Amino acid sequence: MTYTLKPADPYDLTIEDTSYLSEHVDTGDRWVLNFGPQHPATHTTLRLVLELDGERVARVTPHIGYLHSGFEKLGETMDYNQYVTIVSRMDYLGPILSDVCWHLAVEKLFGIDLTPRCKVLRTIMSELARIQNHLLCVGAAALDLGAFTGFLYAFNPREKIHDICDFVSGQRFHSDWTRVGGAMADLPDEAVFKRMVSDFVNDDLPRALDDMEKLVLRNRIFLDRTMGIGVMSKDEAIEWSLSGPLARASGVRRDLRKDEPYLCFADNWDGQGASAVEFKVPVASAGDVYSRFCVRVAEIRESIKIINQLIDNIPGGPIDMFSDGKQVKPPKAEVYGSIEGLIQHFELIMSNRGWTAPVGEVYGCNESANGELGYYIVGDGKARPWRVATRPPSFINYQAMAKMTEGHLLSDVVAILGSINIVAGELDR
Amino acid sequence: MPIADEDILIIDTPGLTLAESVYLPEIVRGLGTTLRHMVTSWGQGKTSRTIQYPEQRREHYDVEKGGQFDDNFRGVHRLNRDDAGRVKCVACMMCPTICPANCIHIVAQESPWDDREKYPQQFEIDELRCIFCGMCEEACPVDAIELTPEYDLVGLTRNEMIFDKEKLLSIYDATIERKPM
Repeated sequence: MTYTLKPADPYDLTIEDTSYLSEHVDTGDRWVLNFGPQHPATHTTLRLVLELDGERVARVTPHIGYLHSGFEKLGETMDYNQYVTIVSRMDYLGPILSDVCWHLAVEKLFGIDLTPRCKVLRTIMSELARIQNHLLCVGAAALDLGAFTGFLYAFNPREKIHDICDFVSGQRFHSDWTRVGGAMADLPDEAVFKRMVSDFVNDDLPRALDDMEKLVLRNRIFLDRTMGIGVMSKDEAIEWSLSGPLARASGVRRDLRKDEPYLCFADNWDGQGASAVEFKVPVASAGDVYSRFCVRVAEIRESIKIINQLIDNIPGGPIDMFSDGKQVKPPKAEVYGSIEGLIQHFELIMSNRGWTAPVGEVYGCNESANGELGYYIVGDGKARPWRVATRPPSFINYQAMAKMTEGHLLSDVVAILGSINIVAGELDR
Repeated sequence: MPIADEDILIIDTPGLTLAESVYLPEIVRGLGTTLRHMVTSWGQGKTSRTIQYPEQRREHYDVEKGGQFDDNFRGVHRLNRDDAGRVKCVACMMCPTICPANCIHIVAQESPWDDREKYPQQFEIDELRCIFCGMCEEACPVDAIELTPEYDLVGLTRNEMIFDKEKLLSIYDATIERKPM
């Protein structure tokens, strides 16, 4: 099949024919305002060039690249375990979600099936990361719109998630906890972990959510600032390939945890007929900024349900999938105790040995807090990937920024930007 | 496969009640929430997350109350000593190989001792480059390099922050009681 540069069925997505521009003729009074790259409301370094008609936004040109760090290229020089340290720095609001997604893609390439214990722990940790991300998004949106108190009440419970990450992996923020076929280490103390997690999700978090809902989501000023702002209809959301809470706020029924289930979201995840975890997918229909925050808060409540289903039934057994597959690092007892373990340990790390990845390409994705996060890996039989590409939800969602903003007031730009929840580390990679 | 209807949670946004749209009673309720938080967090109360560093440190707290878990905390590195007090490292070069940040530099030399062939003549870790991922500890086949619960990492110059073998061994002496090998 030959490829042509022109798509066969082009979407007409030029921003020049929005209704605002056709209704308001340029009289020469427009002025240009640079929003960012250094601006507290952009959260990170991104730049919007706003063409303003008085206080109305006539045209938006989003710029990217201010935080470009060559993350994707680094994937070609690092092996499948090392790259997790880079991946967790992409979406740094909920780093474990990216870790889990990367290693799910790698395990798809290698054809490794995880142990039930590993699946449960990864699910719990990634739901915690989702809560972490959503809390920051909703809290920071309140901050951007002038409600500093709401931000603090959303930020406080995040501290507890950091404590749990610290306990599990040894680092509060960039846990870099997953490894090919397992995790960096098993839980240091399962009972303490269970108590910490269930205390958090059943005690601290619901109270913080109630406070936040009362202070922010039922606040008339917040509602006036966010309702009917940045509306994307269902068809537009699909056309612009939005995913995650943005798409679901517009009425798109898509959640990869249901559509392409992985980990404990899939049926029969433990090999003994366990059914998938039960949760509901929050969907709104308004498609405005306010419904995006409502969807995010509802997702936090669903994540609590997921964690509560799993936390008391963590299966026993090993967390690492150590077998004769030669693709998973052996446990330390094997390294010290047996010659095979020692050889495999050295083989996986030595620079002239390493993994023998299958030749092929794979796309592994999961539902991160902002949408579909995917990693595309091309393996060429060597220890390092030939190419790693990311499908970052922030990047795809950011392109609709211009469409959402046009015709709105300058102060609405901040609200819309906050609702997309762009993470520049992921946006620019 | 489309998501089944019973798995969908429709979020409707109910309109504001009269009290909410008048807004004045809501100010009072909101202030009540703020006051509740003020009272409960007063003097490092229940909802306060403040730690009066450096007088109080996370190590002083229980793990479940937000304290630090010393056993697997990933702080400053140390080089372990063996029973005879010598450096345990055998200069196998696993840690500089696995290090994602390339911050470990080892110069290996023939060992003066009988129990191993090589030992590190120089062992340097650039603590400013390090991302504290703990992979060196995982890679080490003899438990020679470890991360400690120590996190006060300060220096006035960049050169000071490149820790050499003696410095790393002195961290071992300082932390061995808090984190046994």
